[in-house]
Amino acid sequence: MEKQSFSEKQRFFFDHYGVTENDLERYLSAALSAGGDYADLYFEYLSSTSLSMDESMVKSASQGISAGCGVRVVSGERTGYAYTDDLSASRILHAARTAALIASAPAKTPVAGFQKTAARSLYPITLPSVDAEITAKLELVMRADKAARAYDPRIQEVRASYSDELRNILVVASDGTLAEDSQPLARLNVSCIAKTEGNSARGGSGGGGRVALDFFFGEKTPEFFAKEAARQAILQLDAREAPAGEMEVVLGPGWPGVLLHEAVGHGLEADFNRKKTSAFAGLIGKRVASEGCTVVDNGTMPWRRGSLNVDDEGAPTQETVLIEKGILKGYLSDKLSSRLMGIADTGNGRRESYEHIPMPRMTNTYMLAGQDNPEDIIRSVKRGIYAVNFGGGQVDITNGKFVFGASEAYMIEDGQITAPIKGATLIGNGPDVLTRVSMVGNDLKLDEGVGTCGKDGQAVPVGVGIPTIKIDRLTVGGTAKKDTGGFMQ
Amino acid sequence: MLSPQLESPQLATDLRDLAQDIVRRAMNGGATAAECVVREGDEFSTLVRLGQVETLKESGSRSIGVRVFRGQRAANTHSSDFSRDSLDRMVKSALELSKITSEDPFGGIPEASQLGQISGDLDLYHEDVYSLPGPQRIDYARRTEKAALDFDPRIKNSEGGSFDAATGHKVLANSHGFVGEYRRSYCSMAAVPIAQAEDGSMQRDYWFSVARTLTKLESPEQVGRVAAERTLRRLGARKVKTAHVPVIFDPMVATSILEHIFEGVNGDSVYRGASFLAGKLGQKIAGENVTIIDDGTIPGGFGTSPFDGEGVPTRQTLVVERGVLKSYLLNTYTAKKLGLATTGNASRGLAGTPGIGPGNYFLQPGLRTPKQMIGDIKEGLYVTEFLGHGANLVTGDYSRGASGLWVSGGEFAYPVEEITVAGNLKEMFLNISEIANDLEFRGAVAAPTLRIDGLTVGGE
Repeated sequence: MEKQSFSEKQRFFFDHYGVTENDLERYLSAALSAGGDYADLYFEYLSSTSLSMDESMVKSASQGISAGCGVRVVSGERTGYAYTDDLSASRILHAARTAALIASAPAKTPVAGFQKTAARSLYPITLPSVDAEITAKLELVMRADKAARAYDPRIQEVRASYSDELRNILVVASDGTLAEDSQPLARLNVSCIAKTEGNSARGGSGGGGRVALDFFFGEKTPEFFAKEAARQAILQLDAREAPAGEMEVVLGPGWPGVLLHEAVGHGLEADFNRKKTSAFAGLIGKRVASEGCTVVDNGTMPWRRGSLNVDDEGAPTQETVLIEKGILKGYLSDKLSSRLMGIADTGNGRRESYEHIPMPRMTNTYMLAGQDNPEDIIRSVKRGIYAVNFGGGQVDITNGKFVFGASEAYMIEDGQITAPIKGATLIGNGPDVLTRVSMVGNDLKLDEGVGTCGKDGQAVPVGVGIPTIKIDRLTVGGTAKKDTGGFMQ
Repeated sequence: MLSPQLESPQLATDLRDLAQDIVRRAMNGGATAAECVVREGDEFSTLVRLGQVETLKESGSRSIGVRVFRGQRAANTHSSDFSRDSLDRMVKSALELSKITSEDPFGGIPEASQLGQISGDLDLYHEDVYSLPGPQRIDYARRTEKAALDFDPRIKNSEGGSFDAATGHKVLANSHGFVGEYRRSYCSMAAVPIAQAEDGSMQRDYWFSVARTLTKLESPEQVGRVAAERTLRRLGARKVKTAHVPVIFDPMVATSILEHIFEGVNGDSVYRGASFLAGKLGQKIAGENVTIIDDGTIPGGFGTSPFDGEGVPTRQTLVVERGVLKSYLLNTYTAKKLGLATTGNASRGLAGTPGIGPGNYFLQPGLRTPKQMIGDIKEGLYVTEFLGHGANLVTGDYSRGASGLWVSGGEFAYPVEEITVAGNLKEMFLNISEIANDLEFRGAVAAPTLRIDGLTVGGE
C-alpha cells in the first residue's frame, strides 16, 4: 500500500488528551497498589455515524462520540475492573484504585519503560469513512433503495442503512505492552419485503469491513447488496415448507461458515476450556472432524471485518490453526488464559468497549478449501437440503448443541436442486458435526462482512468463511408433514 | 469499601438544567423542535466461581443525546464527553445533519398536550441495592453458587454465582417545555451450575432472582437450589424421533411467544406491513383464553416509568382481549403513520430515533396449575430452553432449536435435546390451547406456562 496512515494515527491520546508515558506509569502503579500480577489500561475514543433510508426517505441521521478508559487488575484468577468516561488524571486514578481492590498484597511496580507493539497496517486508509462527506454516504443508501425497488415491482418495502465508526485505542500494561491502533469499520445493509396478494416475504443483504467509503463505490456497490436482498425476498415468496428430521445437508460457500463459528469456534475459546465448561475440554490431539476439515481463525486478513492489527490487550493478532485435517490443535487465547493454562497468547483478547473486560474471542474463522467440485457435491445427494444463506446462530458450549438458521435453502432431490424452502433452524452437536463432513469443496469464500458475535453480553465484529461442504446427517427443523411430501423417518 | 457515591440532589438538578440548556441551544441554533436525553448510571457486579472471587467490576458513566427537527427534517447526535466544547459540537452536528435528511410529513416530537408524567411514588428506586458492604455482596454471590454446588454430587463444576447491582437516572427535556426525570434501581443474583453424567457429558442451566430492592430478592440458597434442579434434570438428554405432539412452554420460554406478539403489534413493523398482524385490529388472532396487557404504570414493575421515551405518560393498554387484537403498541411517529394515538410506548436509547418498547407486558394467567396441564398429555414435549432466533414476523414462519423434557402418560419421562420446534406463529397463537396459573414477573415481559398444539418437533 502506498500510504501508511496508520503511523499518522498513532499518539491519538498523547496528542488529544495530553497523556504522557509518565502518566501511564503512574496509573499502572495505582492499579498495582494492592499487589496483583498484572494491570492494563484500555483507552478508547469511538466516533460513529449512521444513516438510514426508509420508505425512500432519509428519516434519520446520527453521529456520536464515546470515549473512556478501562482499568483491569489481575491477581491469580481474579480480575478487578473499573472504568471512567472522563479521561482526566483524577478519574483514571480513581478507577485504577477501585480495580486494585481485587488484590490484597504489598504494592507491585510495573516494568519500567514501554515496549511498543510493532505497527502493522491491515487497514491502511487515508480518509476514514467517519470523516468522509455525509453526502457520499447519503448517495449509498439512496442508490440501494432505488436498486432494490427497481429489481421487481413486488418489492414494496425497502430499508437501506449505512453505519461507520473509527475506534482509536491505546493499550498499556504493567508487562511493558504499549499498543495503539486506529480501527475503521463500515457497513451497508439492505432489507426488503416482497408482497403479493396474500403473501409476503423478506430478504436481506449487506457487507463491509475495515474499509474506506470507496469500497462501496468500487468493489461492493449499493446495487450489489440491494439486488441480493430483493432476490432473496422474491425467491421466498414461492418457498415451500421445509422438511423436518435428520438428512443430508449441503452448505454453500461463504456466510454458512457461521456453522464453524457456533459448532466449534466458541467451544475452543480458551476461557471455557480453562474452566472445563466446554464440550471440547480435553479434546486437544483428538479427532473432532473428518480428514478433509482444516479450520483456522485468522485476525490478519487485510480489510476484513474480523481483523485487527492488535487485539484489545495490545497483542498482535495471528493465524491460529484450530483443527488440522480433522484433529483438534489449539485454543483461542487471551493473556489471562494463556498465563493460567501455560499456552500461547494467540492475540484473541477482545472487548466490546472500555466498559468491558476482555476475553478470548474469534476474529475471522473459516475452513480451508478442499478438493471437491461443488457441483459434484450437490449431485451426490439423494434427498437433502442445500442451504446457502443464514441468519444467526447460537451454541450451548457445555453440551455442545448449536443451531444456525437457514434463510435461503433449497431441496435437493436425486442430485438436483429443486424448490426453495422456507427458513428453518438446523441443529447439531459441535464436537461431532464435523466428523460427518464427507465432501469439502474447492470454493472457499469469506462472508461479505456483516457478522457480529455476542458472548457474555459483549458484541464484537467477526468474519466467517467456508467452502461448499456436505454433512451426511444433520437435523433440519422444518414443518412439512408426511402427507405434504416432506421427509420423515 | 466498594460503595460508589450516590449522586447528590444537587447533581440531579444540574442534569435537568443541562438537558434544558441543550434544548435551548438547539432552538437558538435554528431547530424548530428539540429533545435532549441525559442518562447516568452506576454498576457493580461480582462473579464467584468455585468459591473464589473471579471478577469484581464497579463503575459509573453518563451520556447525553439530542434530537433536533428543522421543520420536518430530523437528526440526532450523542456524546459521552460533557465538556462545553464537546456539547457545543454535539448540538452543531445535529443541526448540520438535519439539513441533509428528508422532509418526513409524520416527523416531530409529541404535541404539548400529549406530554406529561404519571404522579405518585412508582417505587422504582431503592438506595439499598448499594447498601451492602463489598464483602457481603461477594457473599451473596458465593452463597448462591454454593447452594447449587452442594445440592448434588453430580454438580461438579460451575460458571459461577453472581451478584449485580445498578442504578440509573434519566432526564428528558424538550422544546415544548417538558422536563422529567426518574431513577431506577436494580439488583440480581444468579447461579450457573454444571452437572456431569457418568459418561462425562455435561449440562448447564441457570436460575436467578431480580428485584428493585434487596428486600425483595429471593434467598441465595433458594436461587442456587433451583439452578441445580434445573441443571440436573437435563442430564442424560437424548434426541427423539420427529413427531407432531402438543408442546408445553415453561414460563421462561413462554415469554418468547409473548415477545413475538409484541414484535407483531409493534407500530414500526405494522406501518411497514412487516408483521402478519398488520391490519388485524378487531380481528381474532388467538384463542378466547388469550388476553394480553401492557401496563407501564405498575408500582415497582420492571417495565414501569412515569413517562415514555418521548415524554408521554405511560398507561395501561389492552393489546389482546379474549383473542381479539385490540391495540397496537405505538410511539408518536408510528401512531401518526397509522392515524392512531400514541400508546406511550416510545423507547429512546441515546442514539437514533425513538423505537417502541414494552411497559410491563404480560399474558393473563389461566386457572389450572402447570402440573394439571402436563397431566393431560399422553405424549408431548415440555420446552425449557430455546436456541437461536428462528421467528419470521413477516410470514409467521417459526423454527427454533430446543431442549426440555419429554412428557409421557402425563408425567416427565426423560430429558431431550438437539431437537427443533417448528410451526407458523399465525396458527400457533390460535392454537394456544391452555394457559396455566403461574404468572410471575422476572422481567418486563411475563407469561405463565402455556400449551400449543399442532407443532412439529424435529429430531431423528
